[in-house]
Amino acid sequence: MLEHDVLVVGAGLAGLRVAIEAQKQGVDVAVITKVHPVRSHSNAAQGGINAALEQEGSPDSWEAHAFDTVKGSDYLGDQDAIEIICREAGPEIIELEHMGVVFNRDETGHLGVRAFGGATYSRTFFVGDITGQALLHVMYEQVLKANTRIYEEWFVTSLIVEDGVCRGVVAMDLATRRLHTIKAKAVVLATGGAGRVFEPSTNALIVTGDGISQAYRAGAPLMDMEMVQFHPTTLKQNGALLTEGARGEGAYLLNAEGERFLGNERNQFYAPSKMELAARDVISRAEQIEIDAGRGVDGCVLLDCRHLGEDLIRERLWQIWELAMDFANVDIMKDPVPIRPGVHYIMGGIKTDVDGRAWDVNGGGWGGVKGLFAVGECACINAHGANRLGANSLLETVVYGRRAGLTAGFYVKEAPTALLSEAKMADDESRIKEIISRPDNGDRWAALRLEMGEMMNSQVGIFRTKENLEGALEKIQEMKLRYRHVPIQNKGNIFNTDLQFHLELGLMLDCAEVIALSALSREESRGAHYRLDFPARDDEKWLKHTMAYYTPEGPEMDTLPVTITQWEPTERKY
Amino acid sequence: MQVSLRVRRFDPESNQGPYYQTYSMDAPDYYTVLDALIHIREETDGTLGLRCSCRSAICGSCAMRIDGHAKLACKTKIIDLTADGGEVTVEPVGNMPVVKDLIADMKPFWDKIRAVDPWLQPEGPEPEREYVVPNEAMQDLAGAMNCIMCGACVSDCTVLEAELNRGVPVEKTWLAPAALAKAYRFVGDPRDDHQYDRLEKLSDSGGIWDCTHCFECIEVCPKGVAPMDRIMALRDKAVSAGITNNNGTRHAKAFHDSIKAYGRLDEVTLVPKSVGFFNIRELLPQMPTGLRMLKAGKLRLPHKAENKKKIKQIVDSLDKEQME
Repeated sequence: MLEHDVLVVGAGLAGLRVAIEAQKQGVDVAVITKVHPVRSHSNAAQGGINAALEQEGSPDSWEAHAFDTVKGSDYLGDQDAIEIICREAGPEIIELEHMGVVFNRDETGHLGVRAFGGATYSRTFFVGDITGQALLHVMYEQVLKANTRIYEEWFVTSLIVEDGVCRGVVAMDLATRRLHTIKAKAVVLATGGAGRVFEPSTNALIVTGDGISQAYRAGAPLMDMEMVQFHPTTLKQNGALLTEGARGEGAYLLNAEGERFLGNERNQFYAPSKMELAARDVISRAEQIEIDAGRGVDGCVLLDCRHLGEDLIRERLWQIWELAMDFANVDIMKDPVPIRPGVHYIMGGIKTDVDGRAWDVNGGGWGGVKGLFAVGECACINAHGANRLGANSLLETVVYGRRAGLTAGFYVKEAPTALLSEAKMADDESRIKEIISRPDNGDRWAALRLEMGEMMNSQVGIFRTKENLEGALEKIQEMKLRYRHVPIQNKGNIFNTDLQFHLELGLMLDCAEVIALSALSREESRGAHYRLDFPARDDEKWLKHTMAYYTPEGPEMDTLPVTITQWEPTERKY
Repeated sequence: MQVSLRVRRFDPESNQGPYYQTYSMDAPDYYTVLDALIHIREETDGTLGLRCSCRSAICGSCAMRIDGHAKLACKTKIIDLTADGGEVTVEPVGNMPVVKDLIADMKPFWDKIRAVDPWLQPEGPEPEREYVVPNEAMQDLAGAMNCIMCGACVSDCTVLEAELNRGVPVEKTWLAPAALAKAYRFVGDPRDDHQYDRLEKLSDSGGIWDCTHCFECIEVCPKGVAPMDRIMALRDKAVSAGITNNNGTRHAKAFHDSIKAYGRLDEVTLVPKSVGFFNIRELLPQMPTGLRMLKAGKLRLPHKAENKKKIKQIVDSLDKEQME
């Protein structure tokens, strides 16, 4: 049996950051990932990473960053978690720079910043519009340097929980289809979001909510899963993301009439003062209203970069110039590019404390699973509440990656060694054998996945109603039943992606169910969650988190209070 | 449009060798090769093996040979390859062992990356804040950091292909374009304090001097990293740093001197001048090639070019420019 002290699942920015920190504690660390680390979806973050770095003459402060984040979250973010992420941001940026990240500089050779949505001051550090890629590759360099053990192209099929404690995972080596039990004193999930539950989505095909569902099935509660972010600028053709950095550099959003509609007073949702730099939920809603009112262009509005000039685009926005060229056939130096809101990020996830622990050590009454940690998009430390600010997600991966790595390192030094059976592996083996042996009934997982994704987009999208959500839940139940009989064509052992995607779909259906039910339970509108039947924010009833617990009969909903330290909820206007 | 994808299939679990399978479909105009492959995998043939993830040329998973050259499948539109009713040939990347269908074993690629010590190595105490460096330097490096490690350049590297064809074990083959572009990213970094050691190591056999300027890596790189240009920049830096006691520099100098003296290349003395006239150990293995070339009439004793004077003027002015 394979065995490690700390096993990190996922090799994006968060997972690698955890591994580096845990390894510094002198414990045995391994990373398991279904794709090579540099293929991870952290790559896709374009615009930058936020920090209020103390600089002479700068009016910015971590408190200002924290307030912007609290307001961005529509007051649903836990303020203790937000204080930490903003206070620790500066040193993280410096550390990344020391690791080798080639951040853009200002004319004095110091770190340069750009403006970003929902921010009072410019505090977004960046590498062109490939910030995520630049960070991920540097973090991978650090892991190479530390010679960390990485199980590449291994897919976790289950978490092993015995006596209420997480003791390892069952995982499949994709190159051989062989299952292995990997024993670990701590398992840290860093598996990313669940964007593929929706179709279309900006997310890569690998973003299938694996860790979120597996933690949920293992008994860890999921928090605020209804909070799904629609990014305002995604390409119509393939859903690809065009960075908020474009608007940070001054790009406009136009409707069919060529009007910068966000400044129009006709709609209460618009953002006459922050305009294109309002929070994402606000802009996405405004765009959808314009499109629905017939002021769109072919189901889109327009992102106009022309006035930024070729030099700036070449230096700072080259990737989106290429993306628009390749996929939309538009040269953003010469023409506005049609864009629309698209599913991008999930604020909700596995409930953790501010050290990444997915179990309740402080008597908060939310249970969880001892020995299990979560960090990054799959986690809900709750620094984002009902809407994440752009460039806070990369920040979360490093701040909380370090904290979780440190805590997991300490934890395993104290944790006793337990005996572990291979019963779970046998279960998974027979579950997989059953799928492989299913007779062909003409159904395909790809068809079911597409149906699920399109249904989620139309019924659990930007505008939600009780009726639509109930309908969605009904359909998800039908899909879950249907899923039990969906066969696969590929019966082979070597890179059987047919089997892998089938298993992923099963996990995504759980995510879909929890997202829809959480959305149904929250009878108010807040941040990314907008209920046409409850259009106002309701602090009296709903200044709290939704919590979903697994039961064999379906999710059981509960709530937890929001942590407020110094910012009392007030009206949110941009 | 109607299109046929001719896909190279290989499944080590079957007793069959590699073969080509043709899939025909009605592909919308916006379809990329990746869209078509996903369509096949999801709708018609679940056994087709390929890697892909981001669909937008960021993750580097889907490099493969399309109509003979390495490309990202997600960035290659079918309509740009063929007309209605045409055929597109899809094969795994070259120069790496195939595991299944379009999935290659990338281990040789990653081993080469690892071989250049790909992490920043500053010396001395870290500054309290960021290193203060010019933006232009960072911009230049960001161009190299644009590399997504897809392996297209290594797939189509002709030097590597020739080595593998000669039977050189893969771990003894040269570093190849991607790893050298990665190395450039550190050598060019003002924060790194091991530039000299790096350049010295890179100037060894199997390093920067093994490139033959075929331009293929620049041609196939989907991210504009231009690995060959980075390799040439590394050569400049190595020579400027005085790292010249190697075959590569001697070869370049012999080239230069011959052009200056005769107005054309003197192939007879090129090799001895590169490795050293008394270096029997390296000269001897070259003899058969030399004799074959002589027999085929490809080797001529030094003779002057017609407009030698003009050529010398060009060389002199370039030398002068270099000095300045």
